[in-house]
Amino acid sequence: MSIFAKFDDIRTAFNALTDVGRNPFGIRFDEILSPTEAVLDGRPILLFGTNNYLGLTFDQAAIDASIDAIRQAGTGTTGSRIANGTYAGHAELERQIADFFGKRSAMVFTTGYQANLGLISTVAGKGDHLLIDADSHASIYDACKLSAAEIIRFRHNDPADLARRLRRLEGLPGSRIIVTEGLFSMLGDTAPLREIAAVKREMGAYLIVDEAHSMGVMGKHGRGLAEVAGVEADVDFIVGTFSKSLGAIGGFAVSDLPDFDLLRVVCRPYMFTASLPPSIVASVTASLKRIATDNLLGARVQANSRRLHNGLAQAGFDIGPEANPVCAIRIADTELAIRFWNALVEGGVYLNLALPPATPASLSLIRSSVSAAHTEAQIDRAVSIIAYIGQQLGVLSENASRIAMPAAE
Amino acid sequence: MANQNDNIEAEIVSVLEERVPAGTQITPQARIARDLGLDSVAVMDFVMDIEDHFDISIPLDRIAEVETVEDLTRAVEALLKDKG
Repeated sequence: MSIFAKFDDIRTAFNALTDVGRNPFGIRFDEILSPTEAVLDGRPILLFGTNNYLGLTFDQAAIDASIDAIRQAGTGTTGSRIANGTYAGHAELERQIADFFGKRSAMVFTTGYQANLGLISTVAGKGDHLLIDADSHASIYDACKLSAAEIIRFRHNDPADLARRLRRLEGLPGSRIIVTEGLFSMLGDTAPLREIAAVKREMGAYLIVDEAHSMGVMGKHGRGLAEVAGVEADVDFIVGTFSKSLGAIGGFAVSDLPDFDLLRVVCRPYMFTASLPPSIVASVTASLKRIATDNLLGARVQANSRRLHNGLAQAGFDIGPEANPVCAIRIADTELAIRFWNALVEGGVYLNLALPPATPASLSLIRSSVSAAHTEAQIDRAVSIIAYIGQQLGVLSENASRIAMPAAE
Repeated sequence: MANQNDNIEAEIVSVLEERVPAGTQITPQARIARDLGLDSVAVMDFVMDIEDHFDISIPLDRIAEVETVEDLTRAVEALLKDKG
């Protein structure tokens, strides 16, 4: 028997998917032209599935800083912070992130995935209780597997259910640690953070919020959903990433807790992996400076989110109620979703196809992420193409008024 | 004890019946994911219904050990006993 036999079910599903058209998990761009445009199979395609919320991947200051850093400090650090040393750039970036969030300390990780993996698995030890939102990202679930704590899931965005589960733990020893996300990456909905923070205070728990999709995007100063909800003082740890609004790669955690830096010598996903290369540290530092001083970026991605959301809602698609940079068209029929996604790629718009079981409630999703770098014309064009193809394939009801395919540019 | 176990199992089956296609045969040996046509997310949603029904939380590592209706009955019984 093949060592891969355990994946037979997955193979069958994957083959059914690729029989219909392209492999959505293996799309290969010939060229990336800008934060919003690429070339695919020799043809231009609009990018609406990148998580490049602020469009900073081509920011000139970030590019220049990155090139300077390579020339000055080389292409890589060739080791971990604890074994091979910290570069001045790492320490400076940590200071800046802590300042950005108004917190005492920050720790930089090599990816956002490792930030969740490291922080959550380490602060929740044997005898502790981790309470995670049921729709949590895979990195949070994987952190739970690595943690020695007891793991309890609460119903998605349901503070009453969370409180009920905390009450069931009454009388048991151990810390209670709640984990939720600011902006959820699949449906683009936000956590009821004010209510969750109230439960946290009442029950004496700790609170970790993953602001991967909301940093730089939500809040007057870009500090994410906790800023919007006015509960920053209640959040014991904020986790985030450099790979979305900051346009590079890496992750971080910030906290006001005095012993936070102890994590540097107990957190294995921090200790036993190479640190970020100087070029990345430099571009992230430059982009962080930009979002700390340029309020227009956040305002623009919000305005663009509303434009896309309104356009798709008016066309008649089933999308969530919140106009956030993540906007997902919900489709009950998986096969239809796959055909829709393929036709959109052929039509010149790249979005993300998300299928069960990676999605909540067995829904198939055509997921878009909006950027501050999108022009209004690009958004309007994408909406027209999505609406036209959606009607052709019967994703939209036939009663909707006839929609014309926009002319090629 | 056997009697209480039977009751727990009957309650689990009644919660499960609402999630599987009508007419699906649910036996104690039925494997919840493989035999009853629930995908992994649907299984987790079903587990939350069970948790609400019995007013317990089933930790993830305990869920991972559950394959059949019988396994789930035993896990629920043990958690109810802990609760006292």
